[in-house]
Amino acid sequence: MAGIIEVRNLKKVYTTKDAEVEALQDINLSIQAGDIYGIIGMSGAGKSTLVRCLNFLERPTEGTVEIEGKDLSTLTDKELRRQRSRIAMIFQHFNLLMQKNVVDNICFPLVISGMKKKEARKKAEELLEIVGMTEKAKAYPSQLSGGQKQRVAIARALAVNPKILLCDEATSALDPQTTQSILALLKDINKRYGITIVIITHEMAVVREICSHVAIIGNGHLVEQGRVVDIFSHPKTKEAKELIVKGKGEAGRTLESHQKELMKGKSCIRIVFSVNSSFEPVIANMVLKFGQPVNILKADTKNVEGIARGEMILGLPEEKEVQENMKAYLVERGLAVEEVDGYVD
Amino acid sequence: MWTKEVIWMIVEGIRDTLYMTLVSTLFGYLLGLPMGITLAVTDKNGIKPNAVVYKILDVIANIVRSIPFLILLILIIPFTRFLVGKSYGSTATIVPLTIAAAPFIARMVESSLNEVDKGVIEAAQSMGAGTFTIIWKVLLVEARTSILVGATIATGTILGYSAMAGTVGGGGLGDIAIRYGYYRYQTDIMIVTVILLVVLVQIFQTVGMKLSSRLDKRKV
Repeated sequence: MAGIIEVRNLKKVYTTKDAEVEALQDINLSIQAGDIYGIIGMSGAGKSTLVRCLNFLERPTEGTVEIEGKDLSTLTDKELRRQRSRIAMIFQHFNLLMQKNVVDNICFPLVISGMKKKEARKKAEELLEIVGMTEKAKAYPSQLSGGQKQRVAIARALAVNPKILLCDEATSALDPQTTQSILALLKDINKRYGITIVIITHEMAVVREICSHVAIIGNGHLVEQGRVVDIFSHPKTKEAKELIVKGKGEAGRTLESHQKELMKGKSCIRIVFSVNSSFEPVIANMVLKFGQPVNILKADTKNVEGIARGEMILGLPEEKEVQENMKAYLVERGLAVEEVDGYVD
Repeated sequence: MWTKEVIWMIVEGIRDTLYMTLVSTLFGYLLGLPMGITLAVTDKNGIKPNAVVYKILDVIANIVRSIPFLILLILIIPFTRFLVGKSYGSTATIVPLTIAAAPFIARMVESSLNEVDKGVIEAAQSMGAGTFTIIWKVLLVEARTSILVGATIATGTILGYSAMAGTVGGGGLGDIAIRYGYYRYQTDIMIVTVILLVVLVQIFQTVGMKLSSRLDKRKV
């Protein structure tokens, strides 16, 4: 089946003074309507160039890009501009008009498309509600946090009822929690409006969190593509493996929602092993002593000021007395123990 | 010494200086703003690169700016006479002032527009905005503070030029300073006119900066 986005044999060459640089080569992509499609690669791999080829902000040197069955290279400038308004885009640095307030920023694409100011305002207010920013309507971008700016940018992108939303490192300038909330918003938008989303990122965690399909770009080539679940369990190429392993460091983020589920209604503690305490098999001894199992929800080592420290999150048995005794047992052995609920990394 | 006539002459001087400065700035922007926009847009990193157009405007701006103002003033006397009918007095001075100011203003506008975040322009392009929409709704809006700061500087410079035009009968405070202060050794009149010029520049500067900072929404 032909997808909403079809890229065939795409090649992009930049000509500089003394050399030709091949930014992209032999790219073939087929993205189906309604997908959340991740394009991942290390920085400099060419993924930002690729996403700009999808709306012809960059013209490919060779090959074709078809959007909804239309070959972009055959369009006149005017037709191309109209087509672009069906492909919205959000950016790493939000790219809002700094001298315009939130409402006017969202009205901007509507005004470009020729909508009356009054109508545009009404539409903007609806959009602000969708992204949860109603009370900031009159604020200027400089008064907003990064996450809020990206929400405004998303509202602005949605204003023209696009069929496709391109996200160029949209969460890379945000902290982990804000990233989560923006990804949740994107997921919601995808579900509610059926907008096809293309996500460019260098973070595996982002792909795992929301993408159904992924393409891995390395050195200007598309090295691997397919369903996220398949690539995760059986990465074939070196690049894929590297990204997955590198992604492990950020694993806490994606595991988080799963962990929260496990921890619901349970008594959980977080323990930190110092150097001394790792000699003794503390957990095993504790289980033997109390004759009750504990559930290890997460185990990790973290580098704190150059010293590796073990960290574990345990789900304790239900009886209050056993819980107290276990905590006391752990403290006795020199571990840092703290109760956690709704654990957030 | 400080007769009614002298005071009246100084008051007229202030009026003429303001007239020359403000009208020249206005005409300067009528020419310089489109020129500056064209320079920024056709620049090789602009939104519609055009090496030929850029080069032509670039050379014109450089030539006019490298001619000393006094020489320019004399050089274009025939043109001034053709436009205004005479080559002396404040109205005639507006012609060379405008011609000298326009390229200077164009450069200021160009550099203000070049400061606009390329990402914002790209965002507008991704929405399907055309060149004119980007100029009007993105470049000029985002750069307005900087353009206004430029206008403040330009007004001050033009006021300085207008005083220089006094040496060849240009009218205004500069004219008075030269005629009375220099040719007739009336130092007190010269000092008064110079102080008045300083005060005028001071006022323009203050008002311009206040206005631009009020318009700037980038500050929290």
